[in-house]
Amino acid sequence: MNIPQNLSYTKSHEWVLFLNETTARVGITDTAQQLLGDLVYINLPEVGDSVVSGDTFSDVESVKAVSDIYSPVTGEISAVNEELKDAPQKMNTAPYDSWLIEVKNITGQEKLLTAEQYAKICAEEEAH
Amino acid sequence: MSYIPSSQQERQEMLQTVGVAAMDNLFAVVPSALQIKQLNLPSAKSELEVSRMMRKIAGKNRVFSSIFRGAGAYHHYIPAIVKSITAKESFLTAYTPYQAEISQGILQSIFEYQTMICELTGMDVSNASIYDGASAAAEAMTMCHERKRDRVLISATVLPMVIQTVQTYCNGNDMTVELIPEKSGVTDIEALETMLNDKTACVYLQQPNYFGMLEAAEKVGEAAHRAGAKFVMGINPIAAAVLKTPRDCGADIAVGEGQPLGMPLSFGGPYLGFMATNTAMTRRLPGRIVGETVDIEGKRAFVLTLQAREQHIRREKASSNVCSNQALCAMTASVYCSAMGPSGLQEVANQCHAKAHYAARQISAIPGFALRNQGEFFHEFLTETPCRAETVLAKLAEKDILGGYPVSNGILWCVTEMNSKAQIDALTTALKEVSLACN
Repeated sequence: MNIPQNLSYTKSHEWVLFLNETTARVGITDTAQQLLGDLVYINLPEVGDSVVSGDTFSDVESVKAVSDIYSPVTGEISAVNEELKDAPQKMNTAPYDSWLIEVKNITGQEKLLTAEQYAKICAEEEAH
Repeated sequence: MSYIPSSQQERQEMLQTVGVAAMDNLFAVVPSALQIKQLNLPSAKSELEVSRMMRKIAGKNRVFSSIFRGAGAYHHYIPAIVKSITAKESFLTAYTPYQAEISQGILQSIFEYQTMICELTGMDVSNASIYDGASAAAEAMTMCHERKRDRVLISATVLPMVIQTVQTYCNGNDMTVELIPEKSGVTDIEALETMLNDKTACVYLQQPNYFGMLEAAEKVGEAAHRAGAKFVMGINPIAAAVLKTPRDCGADIAVGEGQPLGMPLSFGGPYLGFMATNTAMTRRLPGRIVGETVDIEGKRAFVLTLQAREQHIRREKASSNVCSNQALCAMTASVYCSAMGPSGLQEVANQCHAKAHYAARQISAIPGFALRNQGEFFHEFLTETPCRAETVLAKLAEKDILGGYPVSNGILWCVTEMNSKAQIDALTTALKEVSLACN
């Protein structure tokens, strides 16, 4: 399982990369893409939309299901990875290069996990 | 004979499992005053009695020998083969297949229907159909709903029932509906330009419109797109055989009432809503979509596709709760289109156009029946009336003619390939008499 050390994580399998104190990129983890299966479509928000920590901001569709993606931070969307609209499979092949949104003016965040803490949760989930 | 799928013993076991002594105890919580001890139903009737009763009810319909009314439902010739094919019981009695892929024949018939709708509209993808033209229009509005765009602009020249249905859906969908005013029988494009803004989700236009007039569809589409809104066209499928396709007019979604494609005029339907869109909006298209694939042996096969859009997977996040289609009506449309062929459909459209224009010239020459609007029309046109429309229609009914539909103090006439020259001339003669009597 690929869990890079330099990122923060959520229980709901999103990763966060802080570019500076108030700006971050958000994506879905390797575990998430494995659980979802082949991704065929993504419904992305727009630049300027606000996101709230713990609320859904996007959904992804695999051949079997549609799943919500939750924002780990509260702020304003400053960029959207439009490339994923045409190539959602990149979230499968390179989950940590495939950021979904970039959030600026971050004013809040949920309790984020370190790589070790997230790896432990993944291992526990797998054991169930 | 009552159909109860469980045996007496199985029911007893179930009662035991839930800890209830008898079936009646299950309903003990229902106050006895509300419990139905016996249904007050009439006794069963024989086939002969039922047949007589149904004929008596059907006899209340008045079927005119000469029909000059459209206004949303159109009188066309239905080739005999349409009914003989669709009456096969494997088509006629089949309900929406829940284990869809086991019914390859049904799926293929829907696939052929979708292909024909795409050819007729010029669009990339069609769904398997929905209930009727009005609900298709309303579902199209939902497809255009975006977080920052919730205004629907619908032309006042659209069939009133479609406007009402759009209003009903949008009310429950947090969208607002505004009417684009009419000017000389067509959509007022200047007014539209002033109404468009960055909250506009879409513009809905009907071609030909409720008054039979041809709209400047491309201009309306361009105006909508300049404001970043979607352009939705409601079309008459017969007129579509000779008019520019919605795709060529720049439409993002094309919808319409499929009744003219081989479905008879009847008291309340069933009718057929068709919906088609472009590749970019495919995933927003509601309802079922049948796709073509190959089976494990490489043979052509059909499947329901893109189902993750649908309610049974997306649950409360689904944008539509349509989960069935009008399979028999869709098949009727595809058999009709196959029987007619592209040139046959064009012939029907050309006859409608030519006969309607002949009738319009004859009728508008009669004192009191001038054309309300100038401009191009297809097979319907609105005239003035020298006295109340109801009076005119009553006079025509005496001669076994169903006259046009009373619309905004005038009469909306419709002429199709079903109307012979003799019928049109008889109508003209009758109207001349009415005109003299009124004045």
